[in-house]
Amino acid sequence: MTIPNIVGAGLIVIGAGLGIGRIGGSAMDAIARQPEASGKIQTAMLIAAALIEGIGFAALFAA
Amino acid sequence: MHRINLVKILTLLLLTVTISVNAQHNSQNEKKAENSHSKKDLKSEIKEYINHHLLDSHDFNLFSWTTDEGEHKYFGAPLPVILWDGGLKVFLSSKFHHGEAVAEVNGNYYKLYHNKIYKTDAKGTISLDEHQHPLNEKPLDFSITKNITFIFLVGLLMFLMFSRMAKSYKKNNLIPKGIGRLLEPIVLYIRDDIAIPNIGEKKYKKYMSYLLTVFFFVWIINLLGLTPLGVNVTNNIAVTLSLALVTYFLTTFTANKNYWKHVFWMPGVPWPMKIILAPIELLGTFIKPFSLMIRLYANITAGHIVLMSIIGLMFIFKNWIGSPLSFGLAFALSLLELLVAALQAYIFTMLSALYFGMAVEEHHDDH
Repeated sequence: MTIPNIVGAGLIVIGAGLGIGRIGGSAMDAIARQPEASGKIQTAMLIAAALIEGIGFAALFAA
Repeated sequence: MHRINLVKILTLLLLTVTISVNAQHNSQNEKKAENSHSKKDLKSEIKEYINHHLLDSHDFNLFSWTTDEGEHKYFGAPLPVILWDGGLKVFLSSKFHHGEAVAEVNGNYYKLYHNKIYKTDAKGTISLDEHQHPLNEKPLDFSITKNITFIFLVGLLMFLMFSRMAKSYKKNNLIPKGIGRLLEPIVLYIRDDIAIPNIGEKKYKKYMSYLLTVFFFVWIINLLGLTPLGVNVTNNIAVTLSLALVTYFLTTFTANKNYWKHVFWMPGVPWPMKIILAPIELLGTFIKPFSLMIRLYANITAGHIVLMSIIGLMFIFKNWIGSPLSFGLAFALSLLELLVAALQAYIFTMLSALYFGMAVEEHHDDH
């Protein structure tokens, strides 16, 4: 592993972390507002998080 | 009828997985060739061990040790090797003596070199080029390797579980008994919370058998990966590739006119956009199964690497704090991995259902 690779991997992790964090935070807000819809919100949250994660992994493999 | 479908799909799944595991097995791990020639300090030894764990192998090994005389002892079972090299060659992998000996079959000689089988002369010489890649001829390898053994075992287990469940429903007037009590809530969850909301009331039945199969297959095999048996099937990219390919083919071949219209000629946007969108959407149809493949593979691989590195900490620290630390961390991480095992199976099923839903969605005018 060279230094650009490591920096790239770090950037990817920061980006993916921020993305998933935002999704998680928004889902928390949504559940707090409408606790009865928590099941649906969780599903949507997981899908969105999984999509970001997929891109993150793809980029990590490239780095 | 449902059960027959399940069995059919399971067989198909096993077949594709078997074939592509071997294909990948041949092309993998050439870059590991350099590692083992360097001198072995502790860190590189741990690294090598982790790399070795992540690979498929021709025998099922539980543990090995070196005796005082410098002899390697192995505890495990050999697995059948099936080669196609101008004719079918079948023998047990014990003939290789874990890569230490040359196997002789009907006048042909084979040797294991970094988990791959090469054709050699009687002495077992492997000639290398300048990149340390062997120049020897490789026979076509259809062996029942460790991964394939466990794929078969999980297939058998699932077959027994679900056929017993089906029988108990027949016998007890639709009241679940035994294993059915455990599985019924999960099956219903997949139907009511994954299949119906994503695919729709009318068409979900066609896909239920695949969704159930893939969910239980991935889940059980992920859980087996957490046992000390050294199973690592879903962190073989060929396995996840075949699973994703089945999803891709199902999506492509069951898609209706509306789906293809959305791909090639997106309705409701001005025509220059349609031309720009068509290649993007077409690419999207490949990216979807690709991301399924990468996600499952990367999650499980990352989990295994981190877990084994934490266990390796024990040997690096070499003082009193090492083993409680490594035990505690490994325990916590194993609990997390239990969650990941189920979550990845869920996400794979969920996204497959989502893609099927897109493929069979009926035309509507609200966009």
